[in-house]
Amino acid sequence: MAEAFTKSMARNIFYGGSAFFFLLFLALTFDSLGQLPNRDNRAALEGELGPVIAQGKTLWEVNNCVGCHTLLGEGAYFAPELGNVYKRFGNSTDAIKGFILSRPKDGIPGRRSMPQFNFNDEELTALAEFLKYVSEINTAGWPPNIQG
Amino acid sequence: MKYQSQSVAKLYFIAAIALFAAQILFGLIMGLQYVVGDFLFPEIPFNVARMVHTNTLIVWMLMAFMGAGYYMIPEETETELFAPWLANLMFWIFLAAAGATVAGYLLVPYATLADLTMNELLPTMGREFLEQPTITKIGIVIVALSFLFNIGMTILKGRKTVVNLVFLLGMVGLAVFFLFAFYNPVNVVLDKFFWWWVVHLWVEGVWELILGAILAFVLIKTTGVDREVIEKWLYIIIAMSLITGIIGTGHHFFWIGTPEYWQWWGSIFSAMEPIPFFMMTVFAFNMVNKRRREHPNKVAILWALGTAVMAFLGAGVWGFLHTLSPVNYYTHGTQITAAHGHMAFYGAYVMINLTIISYAMPLLRGRNAANPPKSQILEMWSFWLMTISMVFITLFLTGAGILQVYLQRIAESPQSFMAVQDQIALFYWLREGAGLVFLIGLIVYISSFFVGQSDPEAVAAD
Ligand code: HEM
Ligand code: HEM
Ligand SMILES: [Fe+2]
Repeated sequence: MAEAFTKSMARNIFYGGSAFFFLLFLALTFDSLGQLPNRDNRAALEGELGPVIAQGKTLWEVNNCVGCHTLLGEGAYFAPELGNVYKRFGNSTDAIKGFILSRPKDGIPGRRSMPQFNFNDEELTALAEFLKYVSEINTAGWPPNIQG
Repeated sequence: MKYQSQSVAKLYFIAAIALFAAQILFGLIMGLQYVVGDFLFPEIPFNVARMVHTNTLIVWMLMAFMGAGYYMIPEETETELFAPWLANLMFWIFLAAAGATVAGYLLVPYATLADLTMNELLPTMGREFLEQPTITKIGIVIVALSFLFNIGMTILKGRKTVVNLVFLLGMVGLAVFFLFAFYNPVNVVLDKFFWWWVVHLWVEGVWELILGAILAFVLIKTTGVDREVIEKWLYIIIAMSLITGIIGTGHHFFWIGTPEYWQWWGSIFSAMEPIPFFMMTVFAFNMVNKRRREHPNKVAILWALGTAVMAFLGAGVWGFLHTLSPVNYYTHGTQITAAHGHMAFYGAYVMINLTIISYAMPLLRGRNAANPPKSQILEMWSFWLMTISMVFITLFLTGAGILQVYLQRIAESPQSFMAVQDQIALFYWLREGAGLVFLIGLIVYISSFFVGQSDPEAVAAD
């Protein structure tokens, strides 16, 4: 590199640039947090079903559903997107519950299959309500179509 | 090896390689499950294999970074490590925690593991890459803090160089951003938003400092180029990393419920993220071309140059491919993502760790500078086998991804996810084949540690 460009100039660009863009990132973060109430469907969390949805999220986590599926496009790519499954299943929580309930214990010969988790009805409801809540988040029009 | 205490690095490097082997084994299991859906079902469901694959990856990256620190810092500071015993103790704690966690994944259902480890007290489990029980996460924090304390104190009492400063900054950042793993609100948008503060701000932020520092260290040692020149490059590379990479986080905030202005911020800044990776390539080749000595450890230089090229391809080129929001709208969460994730992780972080291991291991094992020619040649074979097969894994996944995007998201009558997966199975078979070649490369790599041990070591040919 040219001699006129010294190490201390490079160092200053590093510290100055990083600090500046980190602060800008913080500012954008605060602005985003302010806008989220209009987009993130928190009304559902604050409503009557809030505790049910929270239980659903816990079940989603402790069974590691995201180890096979994506949720809003993030997770694993082995099984279908579930951020919009409520809509794909005809806006029906019952359809979601029925699907999870009916997975065969020993899988399907030669094919990918979802495990049978033996959830009770309360747990199935919680999961379905959680997925309904996620499907009503404003995701800027993603996914491109109902197939997810 | 100039300082006795550097020897603790050896343990970290050996464990890292063992975990690497486990990672690849489980990758192959998953690769087969992609096409033979009931393979090992229900004993090892896909999600369990995936946790093992990605978590062993992360832990071996951390192990190798720490090994690199324990090796480099005494040499850079020109003093013994502050507390070698602590580094030793932490190694065993870390290894035990990692072993217990993997055993937990494999032996009991995940929900049972969550119960046993009292996840409900501080729920952090069940999110991608952060699947470890909360207690394991706390263990990671303790190990990382002890590491920082140890190398921080060493730096305080010794010579301060840019390499050890940048490395330390990177490791502090790693520890700080990991703390966001403990934040897990019910609100899915908030959960996802701050999840990326761990994942993105690691691989496209502070880890690049660690990568740059290790690369600079190895280049100083093997090329003999003036430290001033290398340090100037290092500063400017990491400056570009953070200037582009911090706001670049926005490329993950397009479709998760966050405001739509992120489509602009994220696209523009992340589109510049390839710049520091490109500079790294120019830097590495320049330094090697200007070398003032012929270092006998040829294979370490090969790894260093390979890192620079493959990190640019995997992170820079394959990252750019899907980072603009109008493209990402179609590719988000598909095999395109997986293709990029593989080449970027391999090219940047696996390869830099194999670089420092390649440079340091011969010295840690009591050699003057390098392994005997026989062992180096074998290691070079493993370099090419693993690197070329990773290129093919990436190409096959990219092929699968393009078809997937078209059939599922663009075609006139879009088909369901599962229907599309059936139609692109050929690409998954090819990926598995390339994966097997990768495994052969890894076996060759490990065997290179055991051949020609009694031969005289390589000498420079000038
Ligand atoms: C034999 C070679 C390998 C095979 C067959 C393989 C296979 C797989 C599979 C099937 C997945 C899951 C994809 C999904 O979620 O549907 C995966 C994920 C992943 N693997 Fe590998 N893998 C291999 C080697 C590697 C290597 C060497 C690395 C790192 C350098 C790596 C890093 C990752 C990462 C980071 C993920 C998560 C990707 C994401 O979320 O986008 N894998 N791998
Ligand atoms: C060494 C550096 C990098 C590594 C290790 C890396 C690794 C990864 C991984 C593992 C994922 C998948 C995360 C998930 O599972 O959800 C990912 C996603 C992504 N990466 Fe990178 N990456 C790197 C650099 C870059 C760069 C420089 C760019 C842009 C130029 C980029 C663009 C993206 C984008 C846009 C996604 C989201 C994909 C989606 O929407 O599904 N990455 N990266
Ligand atoms: Fe990113």
